[in-house]
Amino acid sequence: MPFREGPLGDLKVPLTWTAAVALIVAVVIAVAFLLADRRETLQQQAYGVTRQTVDTVSKPVSGVIAAPGRWTGLGVDFISSYFFTASENRRLKAELKEMRGYRDMYLAEVDKNQSYQSLLGLRTDPPIPMVAARVVSDTRGPFANTRLADSGSEKGVVVGNPVMNERGLVGRVVGVAHGASRVLLLTDIASRTPVMIDRTNARAILTGDGGPNPKLEYLRGVDPIKEGDRVVTSGDGGVVPRGLPVGAAVKGLDGRWRVVLFADDAAIDYVRILLFKDFSQLADQKALLTRSLPPVTTEDPDVSILGPTATAPAKPPTPTPTAPATATTPTATPAAQGATPPAAKPPTTPAPKPATPKPTPKPTTGQPAGGAI
Amino acid sequence: MGGARPLHPGRWLGVPALFCVLATIAFAAPIRIFGLQLPEPVFAMVPAFAWALIRPSILAPFALLLLGLFLDMFWGGPTGLWGLSLLIAYATALTGRNMMTGQSRPMMWAWFAGVTAVAMAGGFLFSMLDSLAMPSLLAVFWQFLVTALLFPFAHRLIDRFEDADVRFR
Repeated sequence: MPFREGPLGDLKVPLTWTAAVALIVAVVIAVAFLLADRRETLQQQAYGVTRQTVDTVSKPVSGVIAAPGRWTGLGVDFISSYFFTASENRRLKAELKEMRGYRDMYLAEVDKNQSYQSLLGLRTDPPIPMVAARVVSDTRGPFANTRLADSGSEKGVVVGNPVMNERGLVGRVVGVAHGASRVLLLTDIASRTPVMIDRTNARAILTGDGGPNPKLEYLRGVDPIKEGDRVVTSGDGGVVPRGLPVGAAVKGLDGRWRVVLFADDAAIDYVRILLFKDFSQLADQKALLTRSLPPVTTEDPDVSILGPTATAPAKPPTPTPTAPATATTPTATPAAQGATPPAAKPPTTPAPKPATPKPTPKPTTGQPAGGAI
Repeated sequence: MGGARPLHPGRWLGVPALFCVLATIAFAAPIRIFGLQLPEPVFAMVPAFAWALIRPSILAPFALLLLGLFLDMFWGGPTGLWGLSLLIAYATALTGRNMMTGQSRPMMWAWFAGVTAVAMAGGFLFSMLDSLAMPSLLAVFWQFLVTALLFPFAHRLIDRFEDADVRFR
């Protein structure tokens, strides 16, 4: 029997109220999801299987949907390069002239550097292997700035790997699936990157806020930065290698120091994932987590120079009234040793003797029990 | 007599949701033309407004929740952020639907912008609580602006399905 012909068929509940009840249930579920989220920890465990599955499915779908747009963009770039060839040629010539000077300086510095390295026997960092990847989707909203690259765990990419393009640092890998990896951009609100000002070595933390220019926070030192300073990674914490180019410092409209990212000047569809392992990964984790600590040895209060010097004379190591003198004896009589508990052993050093102001004039009075020989 | 039959949820909920998903994926393409990237509007705001304005149902909030979860997964944001923000937009439109009925198109556009602003403010607040940092107000405003421009799609959706079911005439 259909529901409308039954006894409850005439029951009419306002649609708005039923929708409101459903809305409340859905809100509760959404809040539970938000509370359970651990995205800001940037760990593989927090990324989860669901996100990995979405990334794996998104990669081919995004690739197919984005292909016409990508071809259009390439076509527009081709046409614009055709129209701006003359001006670009002039700019490139000027840049080449400047770069020739830098090339000569570079070669001289490399030669000098190699001499220093051989003289000092310096061990430099090994070259970092890289994996090339194509970006298939790009998120630019205020609450999430990520990219999906088409290289994943099958090429050795792991969470934490830094990502660069030809100009500079782009971000770091926060999630890896088979065939895809999620890159958290430097501009994301959850991104924190240790950087330094190349000119002054002043340290700072590059903090994303969803805008195009991340902030420089915790900047220290006297006059550490000025407009146009080059910002590079500091390598602190072992998250990213030292010296990767990041951007140029600018003063924001809000009065804070920000960074114009070098990576924004280059094409955004190809990136390099650095298979970099930080220092904590190179260390033996099992050895670091060992629980077998050395035994704790506490100081004997009677032996210590800070020990109970005032109470030492009151203890009964010997029946003689000249107890402080016994403290000077490195060995005691067998009878005295038997009567004294281990904690009240006679000290082997003459240090706790402030109670005897003049020990040297009375050496004999302090040895009734046949102390020092 | 097609209008006498109840409107199938697949047409009213499923098809618009699918279009939102496809549009979101298309606008996430890594394209830069003359140095400018594509905008990133929240397409799901269109059904969040329309589904509450005409024919509110039990399924609509859950469809919005699923859309929001998809956005969080696809965009790589905190799980539940956009689900909650879209539901707040739905709740706002549901509360004010009696005031919106019969309004002119510019006024409806203003209502759509208002509902979008509430959702963006919710997203801003939840993002602050989740990441313990303040998102860029300029970036939030930019996304609000490009989302508010989507009102013609919401108007089209309302116009298409307003008289699709005789029970609601």
